[in-house]
Amino acid sequence: MNQFKRSLAIAEKNIRIYYYKGPVIIFGVLIPLFLFLSFYIGRNIPIKALIPGLLGMTTFFTSTSVGPAIVPWEARAKTLERLISSPVSIWTIFLGDVISSFLFGILVSTIPVFVGLLLGVKVLNPFTLIFGVVLAAFCFASFSVLLSSYPPSNVPASSMMLSSLVKFPLIFVSGVFIPIKNLPLIGKIVSSVSPLTYFTELARYSLQGSCFFPVEIDFLALMFFNVLFFVAAVKIHERTLPQRL
Amino acid sequence: MKKEKAVEVSSLTKCFGELVAVDHVKFEVEKGEFFGFLGPNGAGKTTTIRILTGVIKPDEGNVQVLGYDVLENSIEAKQLMGVVPEMANAYLDLSAWNNLMLVGALYGVPKELRKERASKLLKEFKLYERRNCLVKGFSKGMKQKLLLCMALINEPEILFLDEPTSGLDVESRRLIIEVIQKLNKEGKTVFLTTHNIEEANQLCDRVAIINRGRIAAVDRPEKLRLKSSGLQSIEVSFDRKVDVEEVLEIEGVNKARKMGDKIKIYIDDPDAAINELVDFARSKKLKIVSLNTLAPSLEDVFLKLIKEN
Ligand SMILES: Nc1ncnc2c1ncn2[C@@H]1O[C@H](COP(=O)(O)OP(=O)(O)OP(=O)(O)O)[C@@H](O)[C@H]1O
Ligand SMILES: [Mg+2]
Repeated sequence: MNQFKRSLAIAEKNIRIYYYKGPVIIFGVLIPLFLFLSFYIGRNIPIKALIPGLLGMTTFFTSTSVGPAIVPWEARAKTLERLISSPVSIWTIFLGDVISSFLFGILVSTIPVFVGLLLGVKVLNPFTLIFGVVLAAFCFASFSVLLSSYPPSNVPASSMMLSSLVKFPLIFVSGVFIPIKNLPLIGKIVSSVSPLTYFTELARYSLQGSCFFPVEIDFLALMFFNVLFFVAAVKIHERTLPQRL
Repeated sequence: MKKEKAVEVSSLTKCFGELVAVDHVKFEVEKGEFFGFLGPNGAGKTTTIRILTGVIKPDEGNVQVLGYDVLENSIEAKQLMGVVPEMANAYLDLSAWNNLMLVGALYGVPKELRKERASKLLKEFKLYERRNCLVKGFSKGMKQKLLLCMALINEPEILFLDEPTSGLDVESRRLIIEVIQKLNKEGKTVFLTTHNIEEANQLCDRVAIINRGRIAAVDRPEKLRLKSSGLQSIEVSFDRKVDVEEVLEIEGVNKARKMGDKIKIYIDDPDAAINELVDFARSKKLKIVSLNTLAPSLEDVFLKLIKEN
């Protein structure tokens, strides 16, 4: 409990520092917006049908926007040394980093939901939607922290670039633009290993009432990825940390 | 029961690749002691202090701080420490105040108490007016004072300070030293690294001299001076210039060094040497303008120990 409070202090610090930085805004908010517009413009799809995809993409990009940069940033500024000499466990530090990304993700995710509501989209399963966003934002936040764990570079920009190389392809295999059920078999197989798939599924289910996988599977998969990413992030960082100090 | 030490270290070793930065170091620091860790650049002072504060792990050896094993119970041990690292590491994008609030929270200091202590510390270090400014805009001295505030917000039992006064002006330096001395008087243990010999001499109850990762000596500054034989010296100046080479030929002179218009000579027996000097002056028709016998300075001891190593 004590350590959890200290995680919150770390998260608060991250929010104060990192969410004002330019790259965060660009990677987290502008890029998903442009991606969305470029997909939408010139196509004959009703905008309503795209809201679940937009939500998926927004939650994904915002939750993963600073995660890859925090640890390199702090290592370079020597503030990582300050955190490590404080009475906090390594779990506490990374939980703090994940929580800040998580909160940012949730906050910005409400925007496409509101846009949808304004356009007349009905939320058919509000609880599924809320739980889905929460689970997904935490999962993606852990994923982003995991992305910076290897290689242990102390240059935030290169860590950001590397993580983009992983993030962008995921967008195209996760049912953001094209629902899973319309994908060919190979597409379905590839998409099943992407955590984002299960969230766009849940978003489709909450907003349109149907999706490809059963909802239970989507939740279970998200929980599985949550545990996997968070534990992997902490363990791998624990290993590579000495090289950063 | 054995009295608990503030710091207890044995066979501490840390390598960076081929380089042995800290080599089987062993020492103890008593509770309430002002302990100095003195050594030239690259001696391994920072590496040692980073191991003691749990930032990096040693390759070998034991570290106990206030009875806690820093490797096994690191959180309990760190809870009692205050650390001023070598490199300033406050958050530049946070204000002085928010930096203190963050560190206070990391040490679990309750919110109200945190605010109270932060105000008091900032006032003590004359930073209170600037508390809401981002640390980015702080001068080196202000940053250093803030680091000390950050190290004190949890009222630590033991302070680890890595060259806290290097690069500061006289006033900031004195302020910082006064605060540290006051804390030491109140019973806190202080572990200070420095390469400033005078500082170590004036402040420390005991000094460890480290060179190339090894401890060359640990003792009270006074004792270190007396211990070193062959380091007695005489400072002499004549009414005209005399070459060091000439002085070296005098019997009993081990070493001579020109220092401004004076010559410093190292001897074993001051009495005999003075007689020889007088004879020397008479034979060369020199007048002795001044003559001082000096006990070895800590600097002499330091240089000697480092050469021997
Ligand atoms: N992270 C590191 N990687 C590689 N070598 C290191 C690292 N940290 C220290 N060293 C080496 O270990 C040796 C001891 O360094 P250390 O910083 O402990 O010296 P110091 O006594 O603090 O010196 P200074 O007075 O300059 O601060 C040096 O030779 C240094 O180059
Ligand atoms: Mg150093």
